[in-house]
Amino acid sequence: MSLDIKPSKISLVIGASSVGTLIEWYDFYIFGMLATIISKQFFPSDAGTSALLSTLAIFAAGFIVRPFGALVFGRLGDIIGRKYTFLLTLVLMGGSTFAIGLVPGFATIGWAAPILVLILRLLQGLALGGEYGGAATYVAEHAPANRRGFWTSWIQTTATLGLFLALGVIILIRSNQGVEAFSAEWGGWRYPFWMSIILVVVSILIRMKMSESPMFTKLKSEGKTSTNPLKESFGHKANFKMVLLALFGAVMGQGVIWYTGQFYAQSFIETVCKVEFIQSRNLMLWAILFATPFFVVFGYLSDRIGRKWIMMFGMLAGILTYRPIYQYFLDATNAKNRTEKIDLANTIVSDKLAIVDEKICTKLYVVQKIDTAYTDGAKFSYTKTDTLFLTDIIKDANTGSIQYTQVNRVDATKLDTIKVKLKPVKETVLDVTKTAEVTIASISLKPNVIVEKTLDHATYWNLIWLVFVQILYVTMVYGPIAAFLVELFPTKIRYTSMSLPYHIGNGVFGGLVPFLGTLIVEFTKTTDNPAGDPLAGLWYPIGVASICLFIGVIYLTNKVDKEVMD
Amino acid sequence: MFLAPAIIWFLASQAIQKIAAATTLTKSNVTLQWVIILAIFTPICIGFFIFGYYAFKGEYAHLPSSSEDLE
Repeated sequence: MSLDIKPSKISLVIGASSVGTLIEWYDFYIFGMLATIISKQFFPSDAGTSALLSTLAIFAAGFIVRPFGALVFGRLGDIIGRKYTFLLTLVLMGGSTFAIGLVPGFATIGWAAPILVLILRLLQGLALGGEYGGAATYVAEHAPANRRGFWTSWIQTTATLGLFLALGVIILIRSNQGVEAFSAEWGGWRYPFWMSIILVVVSILIRMKMSESPMFTKLKSEGKTSTNPLKESFGHKANFKMVLLALFGAVMGQGVIWYTGQFYAQSFIETVCKVEFIQSRNLMLWAILFATPFFVVFGYLSDRIGRKWIMMFGMLAGILTYRPIYQYFLDATNAKNRTEKIDLANTIVSDKLAIVDEKICTKLYVVQKIDTAYTDGAKFSYTKTDTLFLTDIIKDANTGSIQYTQVNRVDATKLDTIKVKLKPVKETVLDVTKTAEVTIASISLKPNVIVEKTLDHATYWNLIWLVFVQILYVTMVYGPIAAFLVELFPTKIRYTSMSLPYHIGNGVFGGLVPFLGTLIVEFTKTTDNPAGDPLAGLWYPIGVASICLFIGVIYLTNKVDKEVMD
Repeated sequence: MFLAPAIIWFLASQAIQKIAAATTLTKSNVTLQWVIILAIFTPICIGFFIFGYYAFKGEYAHLPSSSEDLE
């Protein structure tokens, strides 16, 4: 069977498939990126059951429901066709995302809120599990053999562009609204969810105009479609062997490289290096923008030189360079390495500000902020909050903040008496001249310390460049993989067979990078080094990618399968 | 082939340690996390064991060149 497709139709096939998949990724990511706000709105922290539901929403959606969705929709796609199946996943994803934006908070509807959000999140995971395999199969089955890598690479850009879109939309709304309005119950954080419905409707309209994959149509007309794709994919040894090879020889390593380059990098820069919120996200946006075209470049190259070695090189590069790259992240953002550049005149130590807890008037938060500016333009901000528990209630102090003017050194191990002069900062019922003497019953042993670093121009761009390099590895392993998977399995069970290893590799192996990374760092914590080795978490992606590289180099073939019509 | 049981043993021992170390407030949550991880990784490790077995038997020495080989 020869494929004679007009150039205008080629654009429609790639465009419609890619836009829909991009929207699905966008929908899936906004939930993850807004997890802190969603958690506050729907899963109140003081409830144990709520934490359980929150964990289910985060863990189950990625690790269980995604592979399950791959099986459910993969089976459908191999029986009723690619077009209607990935249309269904799009409707399911768009509908659930929009509905999440409509669910009132816990404060309004109580326990119904977290339960509804959990169900909708699980539906999102289910839809995502079915989408990718359908889109990749659909495009690949339209593509001529010598351009399959190039065509499917457009689908491969969507996961990264979805991340870009989600990051961009959230930053834009948050910057315009301000943090407070953005985080309110019906605040700006809901807009990205509502926006989804417009994108989904447009995408559905485009996809409705598309026709079924020519290969699937041919199979169907000949009555050769599978009646039980699950059994044929995983019950027949010959095909099951290839599913295992796809998972352990390619997708497992691709998954960890993908998540390390795009999620672990961002999380490390923000939580370990303490780079300021907006700057750390802008940094990711630039890196993604520069690296995204390389998905297409490596997809194109894979048609010329084969898929295997491009993917293997991407894994090898990650294995060899992750530790030096992350070591640089640490060194570049370490204040100790900047001692010589400090302009002491620009170091501002704020007055200690004492704030009375509005509910418990015996609780006093003492906040101290130190801003250090550097000659190169960097600014590191350090905010320490001690919690003091007093024996006496500060009467009438629950209406505003007070200035803590007399600073006594408070030793956490000794109970002390300090004098505080209560001076209202905001409007308050307190007498401005009133001075109170309070006795400290205890002080929290662990002060809450928030460090925010705004990087100088040169370091900022060095970090962008190094994140770009990591995303370049992502483009090497991910750009050719759709074509690689399509060529591994026969048409009649392709959707099912390629979807499961893809979602186990990405959802499970990749999705666990942050969790297992943190767990490994825990192992390195000792009494002498309570912070542990912050780079130890990289051993998980390095280890998984190494095993995958070993298997891939030995067992995968570099041959591009010219005949996928069978 | 032998890596698969080692991974299951490692994850199970971690699960026991972490659940035992969890406070009353977080115990059910930590338990759920580890139950999910074990539930999803156990079949994957079984798959990894089977893959190792096939590889050991040389079943990947010749990969299928057409879909007919997969029938």
